[in-house]
Amino acid sequence: MARPVTPLLWLLFSAGGTVAALLFPIHAFLFGLAFPLGWLEPPAHEPLLGLLRQPLTRLYLLVFICLPLFHWAHRFRYTLYDGLQLKHLFGLVAALCYGTALVLSAVAAYVLWGVS
Amino acid sequence: MNAPSPYTLHHPKWYRRRVSVFWWLEKRSYTFFVLRELTSVFVALFAAVTLWQIRSVAAGEEAQARFMTQLGTPAFVVFHVLALAFLLFHSITWFNLAPKAMAVRVRGKRVPDLFVAGSNYVAWLVLSAAVAFILLGL
Repeated sequence: MARPVTPLLWLLFSAGGTVAALLFPIHAFLFGLAFPLGWLEPPAHEPLLGLLRQPLTRLYLLVFICLPLFHWAHRFRYTLYDGLQLKHLFGLVAALCYGTALVLSAVAAYVLWGVS
Repeated sequence: MNAPSPYTLHHPKWYRRRVSVFWWLEKRSYTFFVLRELTSVFVALFAAVTLWQIRSVAAGEEAQARFMTQLGTPAFVVFHVLALAFLLFHSITWFNLAPKAMAVRVRGKRVPDLFVAGSNYVAWLVLSAAVAFILLGL
């Protein structure tokens, strides 16, 4: 495998893990449980869209989505190697994991860029 | 003369004990390790759901309301309960590993593990409060 990219992939894994560890639980609690189940009043459309329109929010969300995706790609890849003993599918597993992360990151960039 | 054998990553001809695909269920610490690694699946799924939600908000009031209703369905609620449990598991194991991943030194002395992990927990608390404050203040 292309060895020069290994440190970069590890850096993405590490940065994404930190972003997910710091920010995902509160987002999952609010948007996944507290708002849909009516424990807390969900934000109305206008203010939420207003917040989403701000460049800083969109940059935050881009980091929020992309880095953790690469964290997953890296970690899940090695879990497949060890857990399911797929070491012989080295290239395929890596391509699928990083490929998914890349495609979803591109979609995220496209969606966030297009917010108007 | 035989051609030199090509370089291979692994040595399939060596004798190796057959290990079951479920090796990680044999010992509690192995199960813990694999569950910890699998938290990443929920990390990716939650990132994808968030992206989907952003799209709905950008698409207009009706689309956002439709998405919100969907989030209230039992399938999504069960998913988010599971996701939150795995995400908390990820956060806690991640912060506890931080002092082992980087040994911080100040004036040649190593900063105690508890302090490094503790500052992570403080950052977690502050950021979570900030996110909640912004979203609930809208």
